[in-house]
Amino acid sequence: MQPNQDKVQRGAPPATVPFYNDPKKRAILFQIVTLLMVGLLAFYLISNTLTNLEKQSIATGLGFLQKESAFEIGESPIPYSAADTYGRALVVGFLNTLIVSSVGIIITIILGTLLGIARLSTNWLVSKLAAVYIEVLQDIPVLLQLFFWYAFFYNILPSPRSALNPIVGVFLSNRGLVFAVPEAHPVYKYMAIAVVVAGVVIYFLRRWAKQRQARTGQIFPALRVSLALVIGFPLLTWAIGGAPTAMNVPVLKGFNFIGGTNISPEFTALLLGLILYTAAFVAEVVRAGIQSVSKGQTEAAMSLGLKSAQVLNQVILPQALRVIIPPLTSQMLNLTKNSSLAVAIGYPDFVSVAGTTINQTGQAIEGVALMMVVYLTLSLLTSAFMNWYNKKTALVER
Amino acid sequence: MKRLTIVFAILAVFALIGSASAGTLDDVKAKGFIQAGVNGDLFGFGKPDEKGVWRGLDVDTARAVAAAVFGDADKVKYTPLTAKTRFTALQSGEIDVLTRNCTQTLSRDTALGLDFVQVNYYDGQGFLIPKKLGVTSAKELDGASVCVLPGTTTELNVADYFRSNGMKMKPVVIENTAELAKAFFAGRCDCLTSDASQLAGTRAIASNPKDYMILPEIISKEPLAPAVRHGDNQWKDIVNFSVLAMINAEELGITSKNVDEMLKSKDPKIMRFLGVTEGNGKALGLDEKFAYNIVKQVGNYGEVFERNVGVNTPLGIERGLNALWTDGGLMYSPPFK
Repeated sequence: MQPNQDKVQRGAPPATVPFYNDPKKRAILFQIVTLLMVGLLAFYLISNTLTNLEKQSIATGLGFLQKESAFEIGESPIPYSAADTYGRALVVGFLNTLIVSSVGIIITIILGTLLGIARLSTNWLVSKLAAVYIEVLQDIPVLLQLFFWYAFFYNILPSPRSALNPIVGVFLSNRGLVFAVPEAHPVYKYMAIAVVVAGVVIYFLRRWAKQRQARTGQIFPALRVSLALVIGFPLLTWAIGGAPTAMNVPVLKGFNFIGGTNISPEFTALLLGLILYTAAFVAEVVRAGIQSVSKGQTEAAMSLGLKSAQVLNQVILPQALRVIIPPLTSQMLNLTKNSSLAVAIGYPDFVSVAGTTINQTGQAIEGVALMMVVYLTLSLLTSAFMNWYNKKTALVER
Repeated sequence: MKRLTIVFAILAVFALIGSASAGTLDDVKAKGFIQAGVNGDLFGFGKPDEKGVWRGLDVDTARAVAAAVFGDADKVKYTPLTAKTRFTALQSGEIDVLTRNCTQTLSRDTALGLDFVQVNYYDGQGFLIPKKLGVTSAKELDGASVCVLPGTTTELNVADYFRSNGMKMKPVVIENTAELAKAFFAGRCDCLTSDASQLAGTRAIASNPKDYMILPEIISKEPLAPAVRHGDNQWKDIVNFSVLAMINAEELGITSKNVDEMLKSKDPKIMRFLGVTEGNGKALGLDEKFAYNIVKQVGNYGEVFERNVGVNTPLGIERGLNALWTDGGLMYSPPFK
């Protein structure tokens, strides 16, 4: 049989079919046309914006980042003054956003997990309390909660001159929580290193303990030893370094406390509002995850003689994590994005600083673009990390 | 194919939007009202009263423009704007005129794509402080927490002032004027800094205004002026001369009460001003009675000032710099001819 005949018999299109009737070529053509149109639209919007900006003589470009900002920022993890540039001001805002969202995420996950477990508790009171918490906090808009906590702090707490002083060196006033910190000393740097070293040691210790348990069945008290290491290493370093005890104690001078470290009411209100709100959602995610694990798993684990804490930690949670992680990721992103509500209660986050920058320079397009880039980057990084972790915990099918 | 048509239709609409750049006057006349950007929270300048009627010096300025354009001062719609959103609202065309206690500065006039017109209030930045702190001068404010609105000239001035006096400050920056005032009254910050007129307005809404004082130092010049988009000269002239008409009326002794009698005046200046002798209206592209309508419906500058912020209002502000030049102030109108 000749190959040509074979083709015809199979009903393949003859070579003379025009390209617009060939579904494959047509699909490619349509994609090119779509791409062209999207490109044209983008070009049109951008060029139109640029001409209009020029017509109205509005400045463009990112040159403003090098200019002196001339405004102060309430709190900053790095040294900053009004003499620094807009660029540095924006970095300060970015770091403030990063701090409040990372601290917020960690505490939210812990609180949310506890609440989710409490929601499933067999204890009637605990379970109902958790249910009420979840229902109430989920249903109140987070902005209102932020206003509530902020007003709570500045209305309830006294002025600095009559600050509460519960323990020596700690002052609580409507300017925030001020507390004594150790005077700067080189040994503290080494203590930080000691903590890292302890972490590495614990990692290997746990691996060894797991292998030993698999080999011999003996259980190593890993938690207690780890705790001892984390506390012991830095403490030892401190003792060797001469055990400095000088403290930087805050003193009331003029209007405010000088010295020590200050946690502002804005930061606390924002953190508290975000945590309490998001934890309610995380609790539901955790509850759903735990309930997705079949009851037989619990019964099997118990009949093996595991204690109820072990059942939860070793059997239920690892399986529940597979269900929990994807929705948990979106809650973490929500928390990061909601932190931009800081502007309403005066915490200098990225949106707040960028907003001021836009207003002082008039370059709204560049400023908004920067905000988009920052939040997109933060969200993508969080997603990337969580996807990696999700893959790690996902069921490995063999 | 249907989808393609839709896409092209959308593109065509975009092209139309791009090319539609008629003058603001025509746009305003076509829609039948003026969209004015105002403060919304500032007593005496722009805030609705308990019946929901907008009141204030800036509101009256916008009403004067409406009276000039439509012969009806009520043809204004108000957009409350924060300090941070005000310029973007004007740039984007959301509003036609910005009468929201904005300080005229060089960088705003050049880089923001807007033009300021005649100043309608000469102000200066001060500090409002609770009397119980015992502070009598701004020089004693080292280390203070300062409540300030973001994106204002005051935010920059206060940083400059503390820097040049070798003092430290902690800003508490809240975007909403009402929220900021609440934080200040609750003691979150030691002092509130803003234009002196705003401080008077804030003090007026305190539960006990006598507990607060404005420090004697005025640390800046704040000429507050209405603004329009850059590049529309006709509209700028209209807004400019609407403000000037109120000042000129006061100079000529014309008030909302006697304006009808003044129509009979034989003084050529008054005849020109009120449109009895024609010319001014045509030059601006307005009705010849535009100045008459402003004075009749809104009043002269002195009336507007006394009604909104003067000594008999809760703000109790003296004319000071805002008196006519003949009384030692800065208000001065070029001739209407």
